[in-house]
Amino acid sequence: MQSKMKESDPILEVENLSASTDNLPILKGVSLTVYPGEIHAIMGRNGCGKSTLSKIIAGHPSYNITNGDIKFLGENINSLEPEERSQSGIFLGFQYPIEIPGVSNLEFLRVSTNARRKFLNKEELDTFDFEELVKEKLEIVKMDHAFLSRSVNQGFSGGEKKRNEILQMALLEPKIAILDETDSGLDIDALRIVASGIKKISNAQTGIILITHYQRLLDEIEPNYVHVMSDGQIIKTGESDLALELEKRGYEWTDNFIKET
Amino acid sequence: MVNENLVKDVVKEPYKYGFVTDIETEKIEKGLNEDIIKLISQKKEEPRFLLDFRLKAFKKWQKMKEPDWAAIGYKKIDYQDIIYYSAPKQKEKISSLDEVDPKLLETFDKLGIPLTEQKKLTNVAVDAVFDSVSIATTFREELAEHGVIFCSISEAVKNHADLIEKYLGTVVPASDNYFAALNSAVFSDGSFVYIPKGVTCPMDLSSYFRINSGDSGQFERTLIIAEESSSVSYLEGCTAPMFDTNTLHAAVVELIALDDASIKYSTVQNWYAGDEKGIGGIFNFVTKRGKCLGKRSKISWSQVETGSAITWKYPSCLLLGEESVGEFYSVALTNNLQQADTGTKMIHIGPKTKSTIVSKGISAGNSKNSYRGLVKIGTKATGSRNYSQCDSMLIGDQASANTFPYIKSQQPNSEIEHEASTCRISEDQLFYLQSRGIEFEEAVSMMVSGFCRDVFNQLPMEFAAEADKLLALKLEGSVG
Repeated sequence: MQSKMKESDPILEVENLSASTDNLPILKGVSLTVYPGEIHAIMGRNGCGKSTLSKIIAGHPSYNITNGDIKFLGENINSLEPEERSQSGIFLGFQYPIEIPGVSNLEFLRVSTNARRKFLNKEELDTFDFEELVKEKLEIVKMDHAFLSRSVNQGFSGGEKKRNEILQMALLEPKIAILDETDSGLDIDALRIVASGIKKISNAQTGIILITHYQRLLDEIEPNYVHVMSDGQIIKTGESDLALELEKRGYEWTDNFIKET
Repeated sequence: MVNENLVKDVVKEPYKYGFVTDIETEKIEKGLNEDIIKLISQKKEEPRFLLDFRLKAFKKWQKMKEPDWAAIGYKKIDYQDIIYYSAPKQKEKISSLDEVDPKLLETFDKLGIPLTEQKKLTNVAVDAVFDSVSIATTFREELAEHGVIFCSISEAVKNHADLIEKYLGTVVPASDNYFAALNSAVFSDGSFVYIPKGVTCPMDLSSYFRINSGDSGQFERTLIIAEESSSVSYLEGCTAPMFDTNTLHAAVVELIALDDASIKYSTVQNWYAGDEKGIGGIFNFVTKRGKCLGKRSKISWSQVETGSAITWKYPSCLLLGEESVGEFYSVALTNNLQQADTGTKMIHIGPKTKSTIVSKGISAGNSKNSYRGLVKIGTKATGSRNYSQCDSMLIGDQASANTFPYIKSQQPNSEIEHEASTCRISEDQLFYLQSRGIEFEEAVSMMVSGFCRDVFNQLPMEFAAEADKLLALKLEGSVG
């Protein structure tokens, strides 16, 4: 099955990526390739560079790429603006979704969706057509319509914020979604809703990177690969049983691994 | 760190109303003295009481000192170096719009305020003021059918002298402050509105003020009277050409609301602000005040202040009538080297009076933006309430924001609530919106309009959209 996947071209290629912020090196040569239909999990201690990797792929301006490349659908995207990356199909689900006071969630979702649609040469949606679309997508994350009239993420509970992220993913239909600790702060019911939402949105043409600390998300969404990061490097890659092993033995177990590339 | 250069680029949108209309004007000589005032009054064929009003004001002004308490700094104004009357040359008596100089009509067309019968705005009556005179007022007959008087104040002086004599200077006396005294002495034109008892004005009324000449000041005077149980919504817009000198604009606006009357006064001020080095721009020293004379009367000010090199403006309410209501909703945006010191005064005199203040200040570039407000609750204002909310948003790290709330309560049985906050557009917020495909500039303007939402919601529909656009334009290239 795996070899069949690899007949197609990769969606994302991270090649020997090093990056720093304020001259402090955070990533020290990360390589990762995601093919269509694949689900990758990245695990590792806090501060190992998981979140940084996701932000850099999304184009966060605070980090400088000092070496290596990020390729999306075969094109180097190192110098693309975050909005260009999003429009072309890269989605970052935030660990801590940001509150934007005064900006209505509905309007935000509409502008965002239209930016992606414009890129895809699809017709942009007016308020009425968008309402129809969003209604359908709300089902996926079991969110109430009332969320739309509130300000973006303002006063949302932790779980509501995460569901709002998945709603955005559902609307944007990205080629690749990097979900940064989407499971943290969720109770079991919310975790199931989020996980089933992710599964509904993804398909054989999309790729997913799950950044997580916990097996419980991976019980819901089984990854093809599990990567363990430490000190800005991927030190071990395995299949889904690696996560189970990690759950049993803790990160201390990985301290002895030597960088595998 | 947010990229400062990007922020600066966003605010650099060129001023699109900066053109000058090439038109023959009648100007009087520079300078200010009794003879000049007599000349202005004579040109306008004014009755004696008004000349006396002007001369008394001038005497007071001569004894007054220019105020220096505001958080603004500017080169001393030479009041003898200003032309106090400038008017485009026109035929003596104009009976219809067809006789207005096409150049003037074209000017207002370019400003988005078409005046001609075919093109005029459908739901708004407009009084167009060019330098010192009113050019035209639309929908006069339609309004007259409802008994509504909407005309230039010069015409009102001729045709409704009784109302002018009764009300002029009763809300803002000539001695009120330095700039009000100056205006009372030399005011040239402005709008007059009278809404009779029980009438809800059938359409929005609007004045558009255009400064065209670089060396003359504009001193407009507006008076709005709402009789018992009447209501009106009035809008005001302002633009000026780009000159590298500063032009003085010192207006006075007086509103009077009788029992159960309501006046909503909205301003979008977009005078030329000067260039990025702070050269040129309008000095905007304005006194606006409303008197809630009647029981349950209501005066609501909303303003979007984006222009002028200097803004000194405190639209206020005197709440005399029992259960009268005063409101002030303000967005003030400063960029480059602009300075704004603006706010309101809510003076609670009658019992059970209520006031609301919502002020949103946005400072970008090297600008300085201050909120200054007074809430005073007098001894008789039992059971009165005020709520104030003053928020500032800083864009970049060179801009400054101040809040000066003054609270004086002489009535223990009253409530005053004040909230203030300062925020910055954070890099995380920008990144979040960008990571959802929203372009940088759109992200900034989304956040700015989100910040101003409470105020924009108070603006009349046609103004709200314009205000949103105007803010986006002003901020283009300013945030990073």
